[in-house]
Amino acid sequence: MKPAAFDYYRPRTRREAIEVLIEVGEDARIVAGGQSLMAVLNMRLSQPRALVDIAAIDELRYIERRDGYLAIGAATTQAELLEYDFLADDVPLLAESLPWVGHFQTRNRGTVCGSIAHADPSAELPLCLATLGGEVVLETRRGRTRRIAGGDFFQGILTTERRPDELITEVRFPLKQEHHIYRFQEVAMRHGDFAIVALAADIGEREIQFGVGGVADRPIVRCLSRDDDLAEALNVLAWSLDAQNDAHASAAYRRHLVREMGRRLLAGETTEEEAADVYPSR
Amino acid sequence: MYIRHDDRHQVTLTLNGSERSAHAESRTQLCDFLRHQLGVTGTHVGCEHGVCGACTVIVDGRATRSCLMLAVQAEGRRVETVESLGEMEGLDDLQRAFRDHHALQCGFCTAGILMSCHEFLRRIPDPSEGEVRDMLSGHLCRCTGYTGIVQAVLAVARRRQNHREEEQ
Repeated sequence: MKPAAFDYYRPRTRREAIEVLIEVGEDARIVAGGQSLMAVLNMRLSQPRALVDIAAIDELRYIERRDGYLAIGAATTQAELLEYDFLADDVPLLAESLPWVGHFQTRNRGTVCGSIAHADPSAELPLCLATLGGEVVLETRRGRTRRIAGGDFFQGILTTERRPDELITEVRFPLKQEHHIYRFQEVAMRHGDFAIVALAADIGEREIQFGVGGVADRPIVRCLSRDDDLAEALNVLAWSLDAQNDAHASAAYRRHLVREMGRRLLAGETTEEEAADVYPSR
Repeated sequence: MYIRHDDRHQVTLTLNGSERSAHAESRTQLCDFLRHQLGVTGTHVGCEHGVCGACTVIVDGRATRSCLMLAVQAEGRRVETVESLGEMEGLDDLQRAFRDHHALQCGFCTAGILMSCHEFLRRIPDPSEGEVRDMLSGHLCRCTGYTGIVQAVLAVARRRQNHREEEQ
């Protein structure tokens, strides 16, 4: 289908974008790459009065390593992040998960912040942000900013903490910590489709931040202790997610994936070298 | 830039090397702009929500869903469509390989797949079969079962590689 008519704004600075948001209010939708939103508009699931296109705001196009985190501006595409030379060193979980985000044809335009703003419960980037304990930076009038932890930003299906007069200016992913191992795995109908279940893990020396996407209405992160019975912990986690049946998978299959894919992910059935590091006693 | 919802905006872009210009509403998708305003109907419009890949064109050197991009967003950009491949007299090597390997039947998805393959081979001149299949995961083809397409892409990659080696 074709989208309903809308006023179109293409601001050149973030200040200008925020002014439009303040003026138009809740009837405005922000678009950057449009790889989620344009589909929604084409199907007329959303019919905003105004579209604020932030893709031309050059000051929002950056990838910067700062003190302890990697900052990614709101106009930066997923392809640009994937091509960032130090991604595997700085945020290995992103290097693992980004190839799962859509297809290369959609990563060419889709933005990192846009995926987080869209807050699809099965999307990979929100899951990584929540698992790593990253932050979303929002800006509103007079340069006032808010920083919200990734885990708190997602409020449900396609619902976030962002207020109508706020613009997400960047997201921050914590840099790789020494002696931590990062893993990502997912099951989808075809590579690049939305995940039936996606798992992300930040495996520390004592604790594991274990994130699950695609099951609950938002990414869910639990802290597991490496001294725990992990099979039992994964089972408890799987049952706590309120998995639903849908056209793609049953609730039971989703729970099974959390348990079995989780076990393999944590056991590091990827490389022996990593497995030895997760379980030094073996 | 501001375009009122019922206004028509003059969009100028570089289409397959020549500057073209026409009017578009703010809501006009790039695929419809190309087909209806600029008259290049090689680009096909399938699902219109970014899943099938039939409408894929190359914008500023990157394969892009033209149903998920507005015409006004293509202002000032370089757009390449399937019409840029080959010449009136003959097909280019990628198109010939598609014919030789039965990589198409009805042809609806082909224009988009060709454009993806075109960018893909520019970036990865020597791909593995896995990489080709991963690239094709962004396209739906209900005729071929993909095997012919994979073979065509690998054959072109090999042939171009051989050409490069001969030239050196």
